Amino acid sequence: MALLEIENLHAEIDGKPILKGIDLSIEAGQVHAIMGPNGSGKSTLSYVLAGRDGYEVTEGSIRLDGQDLLEMEADERAVAGVFLAMQYPVELPGVTGMTFLREAVNARRKAAGEDEIDAMGFLKMVRAKAKTLGVTDEMLKRAVNVGFSGGEKKRNEILQMAVLEPKFCVLDETDSGLDIDALKVVSEGVNALRSAGRSMLVITHYQRLLNHIEPDVIHVLAHGRIQKTGGKELALELEQNGYADYVEAAA
Amino acid sequence: MAATADTVRQVEEVTGRAYKHGFVTDIDMEMAPKGLDETTIRFISAKKEEPEWLLEWRLKAFRQWQQMKEPDWAKVGYPAIDYQDLYYYAAPKQKPKLNSLDEVDPELLATYEKLGIPLKEQEILAGVVAVDAVFDSVSVATTYKKELEKHGVIFCSISEAVHDYPDLVRRYLGSVVPAADNFFACLNSAVFTDGSFVYIPKGVRCPMELSTYFRINAENTGQFERTLIVADEGSYVSYLEGCTAPQRDENQLHAAVVELVAMDDAEIKYSTVQNWYPGDENGKGGIYNFVTKRGACRGRRSKISWTQVETGSAITWKYPSCILQGDDSVGEFYSVAITNNAQQADTGTKMIHLGKNTRSTIISKGISAGRADNTYRGLVRVGKRAEGARNFTQCDSLLIGDKCGAHTVPYIESKNPSARIEHEATTSKISEDQLFYCMSRGLSTEDAVGLIVNGFCKEVMKELPMEFAVEAQKLIGISLEGSVG
Amino acid sequence: MSDKATLALLTGAPSSGDGPQWLATVRRTAVEHAERAGLPGVRTEAWKFTNLNALKALEPVAPRGTAEIARPASFGGLDAAELHLSNGTLTRADALPHGVEMVSLAGPDDAPGWVAETLGRIADTDQHPFTAINTGAFAGGVALRIARGATVERPILLLVDTQGVEGAAVATHPRVLVVVEDGAMADLVEVHTGSGAYVNNAVTELVIGKDARLGHYKLQAESGEAFHIAMTAALCADSSTYDNFALSTGGRLARNEIRATLDGRHIEYRINGGYLACGDQHMDTATFIDHAKPDCASHELYKGVLADRAHGVFQGKILVRPDAQKTDGYQMNRALLLSREAEINSKPELEIYADDVKCSHGATVGELEDDQLFYLMARGISKERARAMLVAAYVDEAIDHIQREPIRDAFRAAAADWMQRHIAGAPAEGGV
Repeated sequence: MALLEIENLHAEIDGKPILKGIDLSIEAGQVHAIMGPNGSGKSTLSYVLAGRDGYEVTEGSIRLDGQDLLEMEADERAVAGVFLAMQYPVELPGVTGMTFLREAVNARRKAAGEDEIDAMGFLKMVRAKAKTLGVTDEMLKRAVNVGFSGGEKKRNEILQMAVLEPKFCVLDETDSGLDIDALKVVSEGVNALRSAGRSMLVITHYQRLLNHIEPDVIHVLAHGRIQKTGGKELALELEQNGYADYVEAAA
Repeated sequence: MAATADTVRQVEEVTGRAYKHGFVTDIDMEMAPKGLDETTIRFISAKKEEPEWLLEWRLKAFRQWQQMKEPDWAKVGYPAIDYQDLYYYAAPKQKPKLNSLDEVDPELLATYEKLGIPLKEQEILAGVVAVDAVFDSVSVATTYKKELEKHGVIFCSISEAVHDYPDLVRRYLGSVVPAADNFFACLNSAVFTDGSFVYIPKGVRCPMELSTYFRINAENTGQFERTLIVADEGSYVSYLEGCTAPQRDENQLHAAVVELVAMDDAEIKYSTVQNWYPGDENGKGGIYNFVTKRGACRGRRSKISWTQVETGSAITWKYPSCILQGDDSVGEFYSVAITNNAQQADTGTKMIHLGKNTRSTIISKGISAGRADNTYRGLVRVGKRAEGARNFTQCDSLLIGDKCGAHTVPYIESKNPSARIEHEATTSKISEDQLFYCMSRGLSTEDAVGLIVNGFCKEVMKELPMEFAVEAQKLIGISLEGSVG
Repeated sequence: MSDKATLALLTGAPSSGDGPQWLATVRRTAVEHAERAGLPGVRTEAWKFTNLNALKALEPVAPRGTAEIARPASFGGLDAAELHLSNGTLTRADALPHGVEMVSLAGPDDAPGWVAETLGRIADTDQHPFTAINTGAFAGGVALRIARGATVERPILLLVDTQGVEGAAVATHPRVLVVVEDGAMADLVEVHTGSGAYVNNAVTELVIGKDARLGHYKLQAESGEAFHIAMTAALCADSSTYDNFALSTGGRLARNEIRATLDGRHIEYRINGGYLACGDQHMDTATFIDHAKPDCASHELYKGVLADRAHGVFQGKILVRPDAQKTDGYQMNRALLLSREAEINSKPELEIYADDVKCSHGATVGELEDDQLFYLMARGISKERARAMLVAAYVDEAIDHIQREPIRDAFRAAAADWMQRHIAGAPAEGGV
């Protein structure tokens, strides 16, 4: 069975249908990409996967490792192994980076019946991972994302991913707001986390990111449905022709 | 820096200049005897051939008023007003009923023309603005009535409405601003002489802007007009109000009441350009503008939007407010208040959130020059049941010269945790950097200040209907003339 | 007009014939002011949102004896010299650091000149009835003088404790005077605690000299039945620094008022604080900053957390006088409502008569941000814990402004202690 199974997923916001029957399954170790025009439902899908309030699933199911995600709150999903790297990471005034990471790790340990993590060992581990992503000690001491540049916020998201070691990662428009150098650092960070037991769903508008994070499968999302599925060549095709075919097709 | 000194000097120079609407119209007037007692009220009511219930309503208000004290909490100072030394009724002598605009006294038509308010329909582009012209105590003309009637829109003086639509008037009069709401509103309830009445029936989008133009002309006369606008379900109306008065050495009292009612899905946009005579540079003369304006968003998704540009009056005391009763209703208050010389303005709004998901926005821009005081005073109140209420308030003050004052007094009260209220206020002057930047691009100090002040007010000015925006922009120029260009 | 409540609070006031002539004069004037004004009602603008009927209904009695005072656990680790005021009486005074002179205000017959010259001159009795009552009735307290140029590193910790008596409400009027002479530096920490029902009507007067610095920090953790009415009045001279922080967690009804006249140039004036209330607590913060001279900066950030049926009040006013050009004033009150029954009244006010100033103020009211909660939960943190973390962080932003680290830590611990007792899921004390 696939690591992630989405079947006939319908979701709406304030009574307005956005996702209209998504079927998607991702094997362990695979990286899938979802591409689509603005307003196609890409971000909605990422929030529905992570369990944000206000996104109502009206039909269908999402299973991770056989567990029903829709039965879980956002924190329970995260503990179960879901990680959403957000397009606009939220600022948390007064909450330092280290406190935040420690709380997140301890939530997982508590669920697993383990003791809280040793503070010194944890600090060392985080610092080592932070270094490879160019996240400075100073950033870890500051409040999460407060006063961070766009690139710093995205690097911080990937650092959290590295520390929390999720089974399934959703990267929502991780390339937005990044210059080419920052894109490289972030992509390398993501690629380093690819492993046999971990799957990823990379959501993007542009093909550019997929040059750096090469997906196994690409899906085109428009009007709340997956319109086409293919290999890498699909991204190049979209780069050349744009989304016009898909926008018109269902309009 | 020299530029600032220049600015201040130029602002001071303005003081000598004439108020452009300061002329007096020479016309035969009919006045009630000076002073105020029950006889005065009976006189006014009889003049207007009012029904008994209205006379009783007035008398009740008068008795309550006699027990009330003039409010003293506002940051304005003025010598005590002798309420017995005023005329409470002044009307141009005229035949009892006009059959058409052609019968309006030519002297009056000329007055309004001079003020730039066209009353002859054929002289203006068809369908632009319908005007109700109020001259001292009475409405002298209302244009485009016929055209409006076709759409079922009622637009007439409130005196006419009392006769022609007594049920509507009786149902809504005093329903938003109760007779004894406050000292000045109570006085108005006792002695109001005229004003405008508007009713927009269900589903009608009023085909043109409606406008009332108030003119105080007679000496020692108080003006007490009363406006009532009812927008029935799903209707829309944009209403404009303009005010001027002659230049006189005595202070004159203006105590108006405006009531707005918006039913389900209705929207009322109420815009004011207030340019009553502000007094001279020493603070002699000018209008005391004590006004109660309040709108009730009774229906769901209803909206009331107040926009005001306050440049005139010796004293301004007014707080156009919204009672957001209907779920999802919206209240807005956009204000520019400019005070120069010895003018005093204490103005703001009240947003009372009662219904669920009600939203309000307050944008207030205060500009002080000369020795003037300018106060924003506002209340945002969120009741227990106003789930999801939102308010955003932005109050900015600009000081020109070092003898004026700018004050901000917001009251914020919330009883609902899901409500979100934000208030921001700043006080600043025109920075040397801004001036220098403009001047280094070739603008004179005067133009630079004008540019900056207009930029400062932009968020509010863009809310005004086009016809008014131009007039308002000119007024800002006149009010700060010499520095604004 | 002398209402019953005022008279009751004045009961036991030393007769004006007692003590030295200067004090008798100050007291007589104050009693006149108190009797003339009476206790404020809600029609008084400054007390509009705080109803004193429950206080007025009391028939207060004088306190009985004194008691041992213990520091709150959160302040346990703070190295400081202690002064104890139990029921208004000075019961313990540690050896104070070099450069600090202390005088007990219980019958100061032989008070030195600096006390006679300043006591009762900084806190105005004419407009402030409770201050007038304190001035007329205080039976004890301390006056401290920090000698010219002295740098006092070790904080002075003033523990003010009131013990109610069975079946009646006690009233005390502790009085504090601190004179920081030119170029001197010191930190004063006030902690107010107690048990049972009582009225603690405290007045603190501060004189901060040229180039002087005073850190003044206050924890109000009175008993749940207490009325805490406090006035701090400061007079600041050229180039002085005043760093104030007030954390209020106790009392049934608490009012903390801080007034300052910035009577010099280049003053740095900082008043920050937090109010944490639950149950039926009523917590009122009132501040007034008088920018009387040019080139001064004031910074004010208050953070409030209101749970259950708590009622918070914030009234802050910045006055910039015509001379006070180049004033830089900032004032912000943020309140977090955690329950449907909680309520806040906020009135941040600016009154400005100088044109070359930079003044801004703001106020926000709301609940926790949804997207912040979601972000924490999306990383696996439970909802309860996420809420508690955000509430703690919210208050921490104000605590961060305390300039002295050991004192900052003590206040952080005091806030964490409150969180643990009143917010589900709150972590045991711990920052980074």
